[in-house]
Amino acid sequence: MSIRIGERSYDERIDISLQNRYMREAVPAAQEKLTAGKRRAEVELGNWEEWRHLAEQIRAHTIEHLDYYLEQLSDHILSRGGKVHFASTAEEATTYIAEVVERATANSEERKVVKSKSMVTEEIGLNDVLENQGVDVVETDLGEWIIQLDGDSPSHIVAPALHKEREGVRETFSKERDYDGSNDPEALTQFAREQLRKEFLSAQVGITGCNFAVSESGAITLVTNEGNGRLVTSLPDVHIAVMGMERIVPTWEELDVLVSMLTRAAVGQKLSTYVTAVKGPRNEGELDGAKEFHLVIVDNGRSNMLGTKFQSALHCIRCAACINVCPVYRHIGGHAYGSMYPGPIGAVITPLLDGYEHHHELPYASSLCAACTEACPVNIPLHELLIEHRRVIVEEKGIAPNMEKVMMRGFAAWASHPAAYKLSSKVSRAISSPWVKEEQIERGPGPLKGWTTSRNLRAPAKESFRSWFKKRAD
Amino acid sequence: MQVSIMITCIADMMYPQAGKDTVELLERFGCVIDFPTDQTCCGQPAFNSGYLKRAKEAIKQTIQVFETSPYVVSPSGSCVAMVKQYPDIFRHDQVWYERAKQMADKTYELTQFLVYVLNVTDVQSTFSGTITYHPSCHMTRILGEKEAPLQLLHNIKGATLIETERQEDCCGFGGMFAIKNSALSTEMVTEKTTHIEEAGVHYVVGCDVACLMNIEGKLTRDGKRIEVRHIAELLNTVGA
Repeated sequence: MSIRIGERSYDERIDISLQNRYMREAVPAAQEKLTAGKRRAEVELGNWEEWRHLAEQIRAHTIEHLDYYLEQLSDHILSRGGKVHFASTAEEATTYIAEVVERATANSEERKVVKSKSMVTEEIGLNDVLENQGVDVVETDLGEWIIQLDGDSPSHIVAPALHKEREGVRETFSKERDYDGSNDPEALTQFAREQLRKEFLSAQVGITGCNFAVSESGAITLVTNEGNGRLVTSLPDVHIAVMGMERIVPTWEELDVLVSMLTRAAVGQKLSTYVTAVKGPRNEGELDGAKEFHLVIVDNGRSNMLGTKFQSALHCIRCAACINVCPVYRHIGGHAYGSMYPGPIGAVITPLLDGYEHHHELPYASSLCAACTEACPVNIPLHELLIEHRRVIVEEKGIAPNMEKVMMRGFAAWASHPAAYKLSSKVSRAISSPWVKEEQIERGPGPLKGWTTSRNLRAPAKESFRSWFKKRAD
Repeated sequence: MQVSIMITCIADMMYPQAGKDTVELLERFGCVIDFPTDQTCCGQPAFNSGYLKRAKEAIKQTIQVFETSPYVVSPSGSCVAMVKQYPDIFRHDQVWYERAKQMADKTYELTQFLVYVLNVTDVQSTFSGTITYHPSCHMTRILGEKEAPLQLLHNIKGATLIETERQEDCCGFGGMFAIKNSALSTEMVTEKTTHIEEAGVHYVVGCDVACLMNIEGKLTRDGKRIEVRHIAELLNTVGA
């Protein structure tokens, strides 16, 4: 699996999602719970807009000086005996990680990797690569584990199994792991805990993501609620952390601001249960930690955003607040986007990371309602970036539908020639009259069909405003 | 006070009543209204679809038409939000940037103009019925206007204003979205009208006729007896 999920077309994905009755109850319920939490946390913190502004400035500054901070981070990690690998593509990243895992597991009968939740490892398709070389890869985040057992893919960047309900989880556990308990969440979690504990103890390698690296001291930090991140970073002999190249802050002070924005915006928590910081391998005299530490910094298309209008997309802190308020996501869920990264932020970054060919519909999967922009804790103008994608598709890639190009050429001629506009205002009623019954259009022609399948359209008025005004003035 | 009406294309042809009430209402408060007849469309359909160069043709036309107007007032939050983006659209073109900025600075959505320029929050209107206000997306999130319409609505005598569930949610219009992604748009408008119906109101009031047209289309198709009204229509109802 990589950034792309499945082979189905956009239209097929939408159809399937709209018919998935269970998902269509689960997603709105989860959205409402998560956004209510965020709203409470905003009020409780106070001065939310000022905090947003500060968080935006921190992100903008860091990304503007990304080369400097990445070098500083790398120097610190190297100086403490860690290894740093810059991977410009997904393949470079997975090849490097595969080699490390190969060496670390070579002498073991049961070769095993435990992972804590990481979207970037999903993006680069890491699990498939490792599994193909005969390594047992175990996801240890509860949601990720459920999905892995099910052969499913995440539908949300914070709550990957958001589209599943507990009975479905019970069925999965029972089918895959002979679970015979109830669908009570506590019982399910307890079972997962027991199962996963054995995996932590027997794995040779732990792989994590990185919420933010702190460049001034060369630390990577993980924001988790389940404690699995700690076990993954401390029990196996080898720890590989994988980070998107933008996931960095200058100092602990900025980390403080961004972590508290992240947990509040994501789920309404003041702070997650755990914030784990790792500064490299176990040093002499230290009691725990991995003996070997690798940091893999992944570009995979990110640097293409630098210096473009899309640069602010690199400010994202992966809280999913935009996804949780999106009315489109609400109805189609995550899988319909065909990307590991769904929702508004997914529609923005997926075409940038994986090209337009497979994702050119995504920038249009939005009514431009701007709820995403309003929700973003770091002020990314998401709806404007969706428009910018459309502009690139139309004006740079030239891959907009021909019918649309013709329409828009007509639009510009009409809107820039008052005579043409006035004529249309005069004749619109007459032209539409074949379809009008009792001032309503119930079955419109051509492009109106999509509208009138589910809605009426009121007929153009008998007298336009402009003719009323003219008569009145005369 | 001299005010030019920017009627917007949809209100001009589909909802002229919104424009008529806007004119009469502003006149009641001493405005002298003119209607520059060479106005067309603000350019939003092309701009939002990614046709920036095409949009600029419409935008330049709009800027030229209103160049001499001291104030421009429009019964559409969405189109005014578009005008507010004009300067950014011409940020690399100094001449047009200045002209765009002048236009943006003097353009107001109707309720903003009443509340912030004319300093009127009670227009002395009467309207009997149970109403709900649909805070349309571009009005509230892009133009950033949440308060002015509510202040005006609260002061209408006889009207009962009710909030609906999830009223900030998009109605699913989204311009070309309603056509290009009609299945998604349908789901959104269905949820919207379901909440409106549950609220038990007689009227849905808004500051954008495009969104109202979408909501109305669904209500009419489903045979619901709930009507849509542009806010100007309520504010201009005197002694009914």
